[in-house]
Parts: sequence; C-alpha cells; structure tokens
Amino acid sequence: MAARAKSGTRRASAAKSGSKPKSPAAAKSRAPAKKSSRGSPATDFSQDQELEAYREMLLIRRFEEKAGQMYGMGLIGGFCHLYIGQEAVVVGMQMVAKDGDQVITGYRDHGHMLACGMDPKGVMAELTGRRGGYSKGKGGSMHMFSVEKGFFGGHGIVGGQVSLGTGLAFANKYRGNDNISFTYFGDGASNQGQVYESFNMAKLWKLPVIYVIENNKYGMGTSISRSSATTDLSHRGASFDIPGEQVDGMDVRAVHAAGDKAAAWCREGNGPYILEMLTYRYRGHSMSDPAKYRSKEEVQKMRQEHDPIEQVKARLLEAHATDEDALKDIDRKVRSIVNEAAEFAQTDPEPDPSELWTDILR
Amino acid sequence: MAVMTYIDASRQAVAEEMRRDPMVWAVGEDLGRGGVFGQYKGLVDEFGPDRISDAPISESCIMGAAVGAAMTGTRPIVEMRFSDFALCAVDELVNQAAKARYMFGGQTRVPLVVREPIGMWRSSAAQHSQSLEAWYAHIPGLVVAVPSTPADNRALLKAAIRCDDPVVFMEHKNLWALGGDVPDGDDVAEFGKARAVREGKDLTIVSWSAAVHTATEAATTLAGEGIEAEVLDLRTLWPWDKDAVLASVERTGRLLVVQEAVSVAGFGAEVAATVAENLHPALKAPVKRLGAPRIPISYAPVLEDQVRITADAIAAAARGLVKT
Ligand SMILES: Cc1ncc(C[n+]2csc(CCOP(=O)(O)OP(=O)(O)O)c2C)c(N)n1
Ligand SMILES: [Mg+2]
Repeated sequence: MAARAKSGTRRASAAKSGSKPKSPAAAKSRAPAKKSSRGSPATDFSQDQELEAYREMLLIRRFEEKAGQMYGMGLIGGFCHLYIGQEAVVVGMQMVAKDGDQVITGYRDHGHMLACGMDPKGVMAELTGRRGGYSKGKGGSMHMFSVEKGFFGGHGIVGGQVSLGTGLAFANKYRGNDNISFTYFGDGASNQGQVYESFNMAKLWKLPVIYVIENNKYGMGTSISRSSATTDLSHRGASFDIPGEQVDGMDVRAVHAAGDKAAAWCREGNGPYILEMLTYRYRGHSMSDPAKYRSKEEVQKMRQEHDPIEQVKARLLEAHATDEDALKDIDRKVRSIVNEAAEFAQTDPEPDPSELWTDILR
Repeated sequence: MAVMTYIDASRQAVAEEMRRDPMVWAVGEDLGRGGVFGQYKGLVDEFGPDRISDAPISESCIMGAAVGAAMTGTRPIVEMRFSDFALCAVDELVNQAAKARYMFGGQTRVPLVVREPIGMWRSSAAQHSQSLEAWYAHIPGLVVAVPSTPADNRALLKAAIRCDDPVVFMEHKNLWALGGDVPDGDDVAEFGKARAVREGKDLTIVSWSAAVHTATEAATTLAGEGIEAEVLDLRTLWPWDKDAVLASVERTGRLLVVQEAVSVAGFGAEVAATVAENLHPALKAPVKRLGAPRIPISYAPVLEDQVRITADAIAAAARGLVKT
C-alpha cells in the first residue's frame, strides 16, 4: 500500500468535535421521525470545524472530478459511481465518529473512504486496477475495504450492506464497547426487504447502528416518488419505534448536529437511529448514465443554491474567518494530493498474474 | 430473414408475444426507460406502464409477486438485470416457483420467465459478472435457456413466454450487440434441441451461451490444421439434448465441454459424466472440460482475462485430445 497521504486530522478532529453525549430530544419523547435538524443547523459548529469540513469535502470533490476525467480517458473501467454533490453527508457524519466506529456503504463509496481517512492513492489505484489499490486491483470502484480505518466496504448488491452494517453493530454490543456502525444506503435501497429485517433486529437487540439514508432523490433513473409509496424515509423505522430525522444533507452543520445527536443516542445503549439525508448527486448514476430523466435546471438549481462546499465557503468568508487566498491555498493542497494519487494510480504496476490465486480457499 | 442484434431480437420476441397474448406482462427495475441494457426500449409506449411495469428495487418481492400472479394464469416476464441480483430472489424462484406445480399435485402452474443476464462484461468485478446457469439446472421444475445467437434469443424467448413452467432465461451481456440472421414469422424454438454450429469427425465440442462463439473460432483454427471439430450449442441446459451429444461423441470418440462458468460443479460436469457413463467403450480419449477456475471474477483486466476461456486454450485442449 502506498504511503498514507497527509490527511490524517479527521479522526483527531472528529474526537474533538464528538461532543459530550447530551440526551437527545428524541430520547425523551421516543417519538420517531422528528425533523428538528432540518433547516436549523446547530449553532455550535466552530470555524475550525467549518475549515475542516471545507477541506474534506473539497478533497472528495476534486478526487471525484479527477476520477471522472480518468474514466473518460479509459484509465478506469467497469462501473464507477461518483459522489459529487453528496459530500456534506459523509464528511459531517465522520466528524462525529470516533476510533473503532465502523462505516459500511454501497458502491458509491469513494467519498466514504476518503472521509474515513483512507489513502487517496490506494483508492485511485484501485480504480485503475493496480497492485497498490486497496483490493490489489481485484475489486475496482465498488469494492474496497480497510480494516485499519474501519471501512467495511464497498458493496455492489443494492441493500446488501444494510444487514451487514447491522451485524457490525451486533459485534460492538457483543464486545461491550461504545462503538457505532454507520450504515449508509440510498433512497432506492430503502425499498429492499432486508432493510426492514435489519430495523427490527437492531431495535429488538438495541444495536448501536445509525442508518444513514442518502436520499439523493433517484435510484438510477427512477425518482423516489416513482419507486416509493411514502417518500419521507425518516419515518421508515416508525413501526419499529426507531427514531428518525430528516436532515438537510447539503448543509454539513445540519448533518453534524444530527449525527452528534444520533451517535449519543446509540452510544448510550438506546439502539438504532435513522437519519435521512436529503441530498443530491450532480452527475449521472454512474459514468455511463447521461441522466436524461431529470432536467438540467433541476441540477443547476441544486448546484447554485445548495452546494455543500460553496455554503461553507460563503460562511467562512462572510465571518472573515478566512480569506480567498487561504481557501485557494487549501484548494492547491487538495489538488496536489489528488494529482499525486492520480499519478500513482497510473504508474503503479498492474497486479501480478499470480495474484489471481491469492485470497481464496483452494 | 432479417439481420438483427441479439438485443433487438429479444425485444421483438417480447413485443410480439405481448401483442399475441394480453396476459403477458413484464416487471423489473427501470423497464419504463427501456431496461438497464435497453432490452425493453420503446415497449412502454406500445403497451403502457401496467404491462411494462417499473418496480422499486425489491427483487425478492418482484419475483414473489410474479410467482403469485403467474399462479392465476397471467404470464409475467421478470427482469432481474444481472444474474447476480437475482440471488436476492432465489427463495421465491427455487422454493416457490420451481416447486409449486409438483408439490401441489398439479393444481397450479407457474408460467414465469425470469431474465437473468450472465457473464463477464469488461471489469464488472465479482458481483456483476457471474454465470450461474448450473445452479438452476440443478433445480427440478425449472427450464434453463442460454441463447447464443440473435435467432435463438428470439425463438427461445418466445418459447419461454409460452411455456407453462418457470423458465430461467440467461442472456449473455457481451452478446447484446451481436448481429445475425433471424428467421421471419413466428419462429418458436423447441427446448432441449441442440444446434450443430459446425460438423466434424475428430472431436465434439459442446458449449452454450457466449462460449459457443469462442469454440467456433477455435474450430476454424483447428480446421486449418486438419482437425475437424463438431461444435454443438446446447441452447437449453434443461431440458438438454443428450441424444444429440451422445450421437455426436459416438461418432467422434472425443468430448470437450467449453463453458465460461466456474468449471467445478458446472453444467459441463453433467455433460461429461453423461458421456462417460454412456459411451465409455467408444471414447478414444478421456472426456475434458474447460471452464473458469473456482475464483471470483476480478476487476483488473489482467486478472479478469486470465479466467476467460480463449480460442487458443480451446484449440490446445482439442489438439491434446486428438493426439491421444
Ligand atoms: C440487488 C440489486 N438490484 C439492482 C441493482 C442495480 N442498481 C445499482 S445502483 C441502483 C440504484 C440504487 O439507488 P439508491 O439506493 O438510491 O442509491 P444511489 O445510486 O442513488 O446512491 C440499482 C437499481 C443492484 N446493484 N443490486
Ligand atoms: Mg439514490
């Protein structure tokens, strides 16, 4: 594996920002589907945290832009799903994570891996199918893993990760630690049966899992209103008495506040929590999707009015917490990390043919 | 005759059968937009969203609901997009659909077609590349179709839609763009009839799905060296054409089975065992199988390519058999 990039502050700052567990409102009322976080981001998001979030989100954005370019050049093949637009979700959530917590998601996983502190070089090299990739070139974009960073994949079967994430939480309870499983899935995946089997078991056994539903409004070309009988996904745990909230997933402060509350709830032993992140993907479902099922205006409006990175930038500048030059400097540093990763991903050799026969019971 | 692609041939089969029989309908994710590969393109315009039905991502319920609807006599075509995703619905297919007719003493039938595209498709990796046809061939009650040409895709799909038992219909993702002659009119295949792609006296190569084309390419190379290989395309794995295979191997005395799927416990094992059981004295060489190693499919092309059965590997295996 390539040397770890200099991006290792996230766990440290996550620990700092992982504020004292307060009793969440939902804990008292036990009312499912509260919407307290929507549009009312916590005010206690410091300027250091804003800067941290800015850097992290920008890293994901630039990484994904580069991956998109490299796909276009034929350097990346197969399936490749970009996270552009959704950066605030995983970045805000990782700011409440602490060492030992686990993250699991589907195939739209590059952002999650970077936010977990995985090495951009190792991720990019997996995209190009090289030996320095996280899965030695065996997995590709959809299938990476890092024991060290608590990232449990990278799964290609829609919804398949949800019961696995429930099991990660089971293991935390079994070990008696106060770690949490952050189990991510999409609006489309929320119609898979195992999601509800997971909800029931997680509540029954009081498992410490936050189900983070990334509602980007489409599952491939199908809008949520065309696939779902009810579209407020934060209510989906109601019949299991799992509290849920709808969160502005384009605002990293709101994500952080909701995540903080949910994490406290889980760490205190109250069982699962559902956060429905209202978000948006700017690009097509995958690199081969021209996204004809939605209007250009719809995408433009999101980008112009809700972009998670621009929001932070505007706040920082307005508060005079930083200036354009300092932000440009961050961008430069991020770009150089990404360029270095891209360079590595193109020069690292392909796997040795003998690698075919490793990692398998024979 | 018309020249058309494998994908267009399947679309035509569905359209014609839906025109013929109002009980035929299709259900799956993104069908209204034409399906993930475009197999259903334009069909919603002609048949409407009740018959070309867009389902949520809920494979087990899609399959189960189709089984229930089939029990009442409607004829659903279930689109699973990748055979890998159909694993989410194996209970509904294997425990319910496959068993109902027999288990209920013939009181119900399940006229269901499950389309499950198979196969390697450049860098699709472990969860989008599998060839699982042998799983279903193992299950009593299921028909398994594995078309290799546009003509067969149309004729077999029509037969599948008209069949009163559940049919697992496995198209190969790499064949969608393949062109070929397709007979005009209502060409409906008979299950369990192999096609002789090529005749030959020196050995019999048995194959199905995309591997048929690789086997045929190898046979052409071998012909240049004076080795005449007979190539049989099974077209359906259940029922399968034992008679044609046994008759051919009886003449040639040599059998080579070529499959893209994992060789271990693959359908090739059934073919090889059947030939060995029935033709032992007539065999001039031991039966031979070529297939993938028992390893998940990798993303990196260098690793993915290693598990592909190439025309060179087939020709080499054939030479080895003929020498003995
Ligand atoms: C079991 C299964 N069914 C279908 C697919 C094909 N597929 C891949 S992604 C996807 C859409 C999922 O949408 P969503 O859960 O909203 O996640 P998003 O892509 O928006 O992040 C579909 C249908 C699959 N990979 N696995
Ligand atoms: Mg979605």
